[in-house]
Amino acid sequence: MYFQLFWNFFKLGSFTIGGGMAMIPFIKDIVVEKEKWLTEDEMIDCLAISQGLPGVIAVNVATYIGYRLKGIKGAMVATLGVVMPSFFIIIALIKFLSELSDNVYIDGAIKAIKSAAAGLILVAAYGIGKSTLKSVSKVLIAFTSFALVGFVSINGLWAIVAGIIIGIGTSYYEKWRDR
Amino acid sequence: MILTLFLGFLKIGFLGFGGGVAMLPVIFRYGREIAGLSQNAFDEMVALSQVTPGPLSINAATYIGYVSKGFGGALAATIGVVLPSFVLVIITSHFIETYKNSLIVKGALDGVRPIVVALMAVAAMLIGKGTLINGELIFYCITIGTMILSMKFKVSPIVIIIGAGIIGALWELNF
Repeated sequence: MYFQLFWNFFKLGSFTIGGGMAMIPFIKDIVVEKEKWLTEDEMIDCLAISQGLPGVIAVNVATYIGYRLKGIKGAMVATLGVVMPSFFIIIALIKFLSELSDNVYIDGAIKAIKSAAAGLILVAAYGIGKSTLKSVSKVLIAFTSFALVGFVSINGLWAIVAGIIIGIGTSYYEKWRDR
Repeated sequence: MILTLFLGFLKIGFLGFGGGVAMLPVIFRYGREIAGLSQNAFDEMVALSQVTPGPLSINAATYIGYVSKGFGGALAATIGVVLPSFVLVIITSHFIETYKNSLIVKGALDGVRPIVVALMAVAAMLIGKGTLINGELIFYCITIGTMILSMKFKVSPIVIIIGAGIIGALWELNF
């Protein structure tokens, strides 16, 4: 089990090019669909927490899932797995730094990978959106925060804070109403 | 010196709300102080981060640590930058597990889910923006092809990423 955790997060760490969100399609594929470690709802909670805390999404996700499955040791193993690929790749490539970033083939490959990553994230967002945005108000909240973060450049953290406040407010309001 | 590296990146790890880019100026200032990192070397490191897997702030920690103190330095800096979030995530996860049936936790998670969907859409837009705007037709084809392969044919993301990388590199051969 520890090896499984390590190996799967090692794979996640190896294929995450283009930022933490690029990891989500892989998490969905490996953690939710193949290994069934989390349900989709639990994965969304994990993403929310990972975005709302300091640090990098990829590491936060690994720590969270490792901890949920196997406690502190699991968290360590998963975090080690996700960090290790970039750690060794950077050390191995440090001498070829300037040549690498000027290489046209690598540049082409990376542009293509990022284009694919954009598509993968959109597909994942659509899938998660379909199961999450079940009421008009949630659709409105999602679109409003998309517009604010995407086009007005408001920090995503504030959107998360607002979501938490709205959510807590709603659950208390519903309790009061149903009394 | 290794302890200084560790503590320095521990501090950076605490600051990094919302991902790597926000941490860049702090990392640069620190890299200049501790490792004598020039603007040029810093730009190269950022460029390298774009073409290697892994989050920028972790790559930067590994890089600055290695340049200033070799393998041990790289290890100390990387552990330092990861440790704060590691501890905070465990505490938060523990708290949520314990109070998961309370109104506060339930409400908070319920409220934050639509935001996560929105942030994913923003991330897709930002990643796509760099390559798709003013980009060549091939990149649009890759994005759309990816969506079809992933949704209709359930092709694994790993296969798609490797395939896209190969196509992108071959495209530059211009044959």
